[in-house]
Amino acid sequence: MSQSPPTVGLVIVSHSSDVARGTAEMARQMVGDEVTIVHCGGDPDGGLGTDVSKIVEAIDQAWSEAGVAILVDLGGAETNSEMAVEMQPAERQDRIRILNAPVVEGAVMAAAEAAGGSPLSAVQATAEELMGQP
Amino acid sequence: MANEQLSALIDATNTAVQEAKDDLTKLDQAIGDGDHGLNMARGFAAIEQDRDKILAKPLGPALQAAGMTLVMKVGGASGPLYGSLLMAMGKAAPEGEPDRASLADMLGAGVEAVKKRGKSDRGAKTMLDVLIPVQEALADGADIAKIRQVADDAAEATIPMVATKGRASYLGERSAGHLDPGAASSRLLLQTVCDVIEG
Repeated sequence: MSQSPPTVGLVIVSHSSDVARGTAEMARQMVGDEVTIVHCGGDPDGGLGTDVSKIVEAIDQAWSEAGVAILVDLGGAETNSEMAVEMQPAERQDRIRILNAPVVEGAVMAAAEAAGGSPLSAVQATAEELMGQP
Repeated sequence: MANEQLSALIDATNTAVQEAKDDLTKLDQAIGDGDHGLNMARGFAAIEQDRDKILAKPLGPALQAAGMTLVMKVGGASGPLYGSLLMAMGKAAPEGEPDRASLADMLGAGVEAVKKRGKSDRGAKTMLDVLIPVQEALADGADIAKIRQVADDAAEATIPMVATKGRASYLGERSAGHLDPGAASSRLLLQTVCDVIEG
């Protein structure tokens, strides 16, 4: 039985767990099970915010040898995601990127790119192209 | 820094942050997302809960542990920012009692960590606009009264600034005229440290 090469995993981080879940759902509709998409949102008490330990867990769940792309919504989601990346083992850190792209559109584009077996750099470029549009 | 002083600092900062929770939230509702008071209150309550674990360590590792608690428990950007501040200060802490020069070095290391974490610097209407001048005053040999004054003036000086970092930057020019919540919480924490040192 031949194994297909690993695809880039996605982590969706939003201040709202509803937004994170909905975004993951939209991206999954594009790509089915070809890409591992993990979402997390909400602060440690369940209010609006983000939680470093949840993000660390999500990265673990989404981990693939091809790497992990993280989509974030606002300020603290990015800062907390950076913190979570720094807590990963050193050999993983080079293969994790926080994408500079809008969370919903970026997740859909990244998922579509990842599903085709593209490397992390291509997944990042495709999602980030959205920011370059006039 | 004696262990008793660290213990007093944990209590005093937690009390101060809990009391200021609503004020910080109001400031943050004006130009941010309104969670700063709640997030800081949750973070400092978590440090209070971890106090025995923190106080069992020497100063450097104790500050690093307190910083890690903020990172894990706060839920907003202030967690990694204040957490990085404390963690870097802890890493820069001397083995024994810190003197003024080592305190200034510790705060200097903390400020650098906040700059890096927030990708920011002076003048962006953030906590750095309080931390940087206070660190400079400390390094210049200012006494406690002077440090209090510098912290107060620096926080007030964020009012006319236009934010270029954080959530307030989405408001652009409309962020002017409001005290920055991060500058307010930094002033509060620094004033509380001064209270504890004065005893």
